[in-house]
Amino acid sequence: MNIDTENRESTNTARRNFLAGIAGMAGVSIASGVTLFSFAEAKEAGEAVTSKVRWGMLIDTNKCEDGCTKCVSACNKENGIGTTGRAETDPQWIRKVQLRDPKTGNQTSLPMMCQHCAEPPCVDVCPTGASFKRADGIVLVDKHSCIGCRYCMMACPYKARSFVHEALEDQKSHAPRGKGTVESCTLCVHRIDKGGIPACVEACADEAGGAMLFGDLNDPKSEIAKRVAKYASRQIRADLGLNPGVRYQGI
Amino acid sequence: MIKMRLGVFSILGLLFLSLAVMTSSAQADGVPTPQIPKALQKTEKGHAELMRRNHMDLMLHKRDKTVHEGIRGKQYSLKACVSCHAVPGPDKQPVSIKSPKHFCRACHDYAAVSVDCFQCHSSKPPSSAGLVNLLEGFLKR
Repeated sequence: MNIDTENRESTNTARRNFLAGIAGMAGVSIASGVTLFSFAEAKEAGEAVTSKVRWGMLIDTNKCEDGCTKCVSACNKENGIGTTGRAETDPQWIRKVQLRDPKTGNQTSLPMMCQHCAEPPCVDVCPTGASFKRADGIVLVDKHSCIGCRYCMMACPYKARSFVHEALEDQKSHAPRGKGTVESCTLCVHRIDKGGIPACVEACADEAGGAMLFGDLNDPKSEIAKRVAKYASRQIRADLGLNPGVRYQGI
Repeated sequence: MIKMRLGVFSILGLLFLSLAVMTSSAQADGVPTPQIPKALQKTEKGHAELMRRNHMDLMLHKRDKTVHEGIRGKQYSLKACVSCHAVPGPDKQPVSIKSPKHFCRACHDYAAVSVDCFQCHSSKPPSSAGLVNLLEGFLKR
C-alpha cells in the first residue's frame, strides 16, 4: 500500500527537532501561580476536531508523590473501570510506576498511561482500522470495529492498553466499554469535546500535588506550550521516534 | 392402515395447531403488534416515522462521526435515544436492556433482531432530577 507521507497530518517532526535543540535545564522548579491547565479555543458541539489542536500532557514528577494513586482512582471512577477481583486481567488505563536509580537510590514516581503518540504503533498494526488517531492527536480504539486481536497491545511500548476479558454491566453512558475489545486512556475525550480536562488531571490538581498539566501543545499561548518551551521535559522512549503527546519533567 | 392413521392424525394435529395460533394472536385488526412504550418527551413531527425505518442507518452514521470526529450533538445519539425512551420499572427507576419492557427490546424482541449496542453502551440514562420528574409523569399517564 502506498502511503502519501506528505499528506499525513499526523507527521509533525518539526516541533520535535525544535525541542531537541533546547539546552537541558533539568530540575528547574515551576514558578508559583502557574495554572494547571489552559483552555484552547472551544470547539462547537457540531464541529469536527481538527489538527490545529494537539492535545498533550506534561507531568512534573517532582510533584508526584510515592504511593499517591489519586489519578488512578479518578480515572477508574470517571470511566467506570471496576475490578473483577482478578488483578491480572483487570483493565488498567493509568498506573503508577516507580523508578529507582540503582546507582544513587533515587526514586521517582510517575503516572503512566497511553502516551498519545503522533506516530502510534498501535495504529500501524491494527488489522481492522479500529485503532486510530483523531485529528487532534488523541489515540483511540473504535470498539465498533475492534475484533480483540490484541496486536496493538503487543505493539505498544508503554503497555498502555488492556483487553476486556469479561462481560460488563452498568457502564458509564459517556464511556462505553465491552468484553472482547481493547481499550486504553482516551484522555477523557468526552470531557475534552465539551471543553473540559481529563479526570486524572483534575483529581491531581484538587486532591494531590498538581503534577499534571493538560493543554494544547500547538497553541503557543497555552500554559503547556509555554512550559515545554521554557523547561526541559522528556518523552519516555523518545528513541523510538513516536513523538508522544505526554511529556515528563524531572526524569 | 397404520400409514393412513398417521396421515389423518397429522392433518388433525395441523388443524388444531393452526386454530390455536389463530385464537392466541387474534387482535382487533388480526395482526399482533409490539407494545411500544411512549417517549418521555415530545419531539419534532415525523420523528417516529423517520426513526422506525432509518434509526439503524442514522445511528451508524452518527456513531462514526462521534468516535472519529468528536461530533457530539444530541441528534441521532444513542444517549439521547436512551434518555427520552427510558421506561420506569417497579422501582420507578429506568429499566435496563435486561427487562423486556425496555424501549428497544419492545420492537427488537418482536422482530427477533438482536441488539448488540448495550454490550458496551449503557441502556439506561444517567440519573438526574429532570429524569425523575419525567418518569413520574410517565407513570401517571
